[in-house]
Amino acid sequence: MNKIKLIISREYLTRVKKKSFLVMTILGPILFAALMIVPTWLALRKDTDVKNIAVVDKSHLFINKLKETEYAKFEYIEDKTIDQIHNNFSELGYYAVLEILPEITKKADAVHLYSEKQPGINIKTHIANTMEKVLETKNLRDNGIAENMLESIKANVDLRTIQWGEDGEAKESSTEITTVIAYISGFLIYMFIFMFGAQVMRGVIEEKTNRIVEIIVSSVRPFQLMMGKIIGIALVGLTQFILWIALTLAIVTGAKAVFFPDLENKNNQEIVAAQNLLTQENVSIQASTQQEMPMSKISKMLNAAKSINYIKILGIFLFFFIGGYLLYGSLFAAIGSAVDNETDVQQFMLPITIPIIIGFIVMMNVVQNPESSIAFWFSIIPLTSPIVMMARIPFDVPTWEIVLSMGLLVITFIGSVWLAGKIYRTGILMYGKKTDYKELWKWIRYKS
Amino acid sequence: MNILETQNIEKKFANHTALDDVSISIPENSIYGLLGPNGAGKTTLIRIINRITAPDKGTILFKGRPLQPEDVHNIGYLPEERGLYKKMKVGEQALYLAQLKGLSKREALKRLKVWFEKFEIQAWWDKKIEELSKGMAQKVQFITTILHEPELLIFDEPFSGFDPINANMLKNEILELKKKGATIIFSTHNMGSVEEICDHITLINNSKNILEGQIDAIRKEYKSNIYEISFNGNTQKLASSLNSDYEILEDTKINGYNAVKVKLHKQTNDNKLLSLIIPVVEIISFNEVIPNMNDIFIKVVNENKN
Repeated sequence: MNKIKLIISREYLTRVKKKSFLVMTILGPILFAALMIVPTWLALRKDTDVKNIAVVDKSHLFINKLKETEYAKFEYIEDKTIDQIHNNFSELGYYAVLEILPEITKKADAVHLYSEKQPGINIKTHIANTMEKVLETKNLRDNGIAENMLESIKANVDLRTIQWGEDGEAKESSTEITTVIAYISGFLIYMFIFMFGAQVMRGVIEEKTNRIVEIIVSSVRPFQLMMGKIIGIALVGLTQFILWIALTLAIVTGAKAVFFPDLENKNNQEIVAAQNLLTQENVSIQASTQQEMPMSKISKMLNAAKSINYIKILGIFLFFFIGGYLLYGSLFAAIGSAVDNETDVQQFMLPITIPIIIGFIVMMNVVQNPESSIAFWFSIIPLTSPIVMMARIPFDVPTWEIVLSMGLLVITFIGSVWLAGKIYRTGILMYGKKTDYKELWKWIRYKS
Repeated sequence: MNILETQNIEKKFANHTALDDVSISIPENSIYGLLGPNGAGKTTLIRIINRITAPDKGTILFKGRPLQPEDVHNIGYLPEERGLYKKMKVGEQALYLAQLKGLSKREALKRLKVWFEKFEIQAWWDKKIEELSKGMAQKVQFITTILHEPELLIFDEPFSGFDPINANMLKNEILELKKKGATIIFSTHNMGSVEEICDHITLINNSKNILEGQIDAIRKEYKSNIYEISFNGNTQKLASSLNSDYEILEDTKINGYNAVKVKLHKQTNDNKLLSLIIPVVEIISFNEVIPNMNDIFIKVVNENKN
């Protein structure tokens, strides 16, 4: 027992002290934080680069009806033809020219946007959407439908999902946040199994190629050496995981304070604004009085995020991480022991990587539809369950399914560790011999 | 007293038998040579003694009682396939290996200091193995093998891969260890080193133990009554003085003198030979030819084949 501790601490310390560990520990959270912050930042960022678009409206239907946005201004030009603008395009300083032909009411493509650069998708959709709305309104009016009637027809649905907990308490939930958490947990398990499983394999190959393995197994049992390595590397993985969470939280919190100092205020402002809007609408339009006040999207998300049971997810995550890692880590160790150098691993890698990758692909599907039968079976089968079950957990899986999946995983990893131990103790002492599956089967049947 | 005995060891792998009924007895404080061609089963036997693999049949006695797991603390093993962690620092690595052999960290540090001073390699403590030359790494390797002061040391092909200087150092250290009371098992097919340092040998061929005993006794047993005579005088004259009990095998020169190798047949002896040739030539030297281990090795292995 004392010796296995020695092995664990060597495996752990040599890896944690490596520069690459430090680099990964720092880079990981920066990447994670960037993944979370950049989209928010992009969404909130004001596009300062406003583009001037000249509008030559021959139908006269759209004059002053194309609304300015953060990124586009519209200038109506009546005294110039398209050709004239084209000739002086660079001097006039327009980004693009929008030509609307008179037959726009009948022909959908009677409108053109000329520019030197390919215009962005948001400009295109903005113009198209606005024009559609203007035309729709015109059509309705032409058919004798009054404007206030139009307003009262408009409806607004904001679906709030509320979950009934087992304690009977109703909680506001957010499909979006749950999906994100499901993705992240499934992905982390997938990544950890691959990253640290491969480390186990490389460690075994290193000991074999350095020819130190026989010296060590003259002091400890081969099984102790294998388990010491697997456990030591698991601890490295857990350390990295914990550091990542801590650093990511620190970076996100720090970045929030720097980039969006008014985020919380903004929430409140939005709510106030929404209320104001509502009161105004209430005054003018009776139909919408029945509508409930819409909550700000962000504050709603925050509410939902608070309702998720992180402790439970983290606990189950650790279980599936350790279980999945032990299952695959031991198989990776067996492969490492069977080959002389890393270039020979290909033939044995395939049967191990395929279930992991299948698990990953199924996971992508599962977050869309966590109750499907595919989701059920792949989260029960031990080879894929760590990844797939983890992606289902945020959606609340029945307890018996979790217990069944965990139980099967435990049985399977005990089996795989036992099997790997048999291959390992023979493999580490074999040099210069090409190993195939037949050979492995022989090793498994050897008496110790 | 025997420090180690193997009794009727048998080990089979899927398609061949590595050891078949092998029994050896290793006397305490001896240097014991484990000889045999490649693939004879030497390394398998050594791994069984080191508890790396288990025999299918047979028992191993260490100091008269069955070998226990803790006994590996009393064995030092330098395998044929040997090396160290390339990326680990010399000192850390030596400490780690010593602790695996049951030494406390403090004791290991103390002893390492002594050895590092002896070999004048203190400056390497914080270097990685990959920064050392092969000869330097071999010194570190040797220290890690013997640091826990085991009573039984096992060297598998110790001189292969060692440069001449380190090989000589290794030889002297082995003799030194013997003086201090250790028992050494030597596995090799290098017969020169066997004759020089071994007291006992066993010859394993084709998974069987075919010859065992004290090295001097074995050499005596395999001598074939051949004498080498160098002399001042005419070879023809010498030859003509001998009758049919004697057979001249070889006609050579030693240090400028004429010399012959004579085989004696059963009915006669060396004194009679001397009395026959003294009258005809002036004898410079007269030796019995004792076969070297290499010859015995080849002879026994070939006999065993037929």
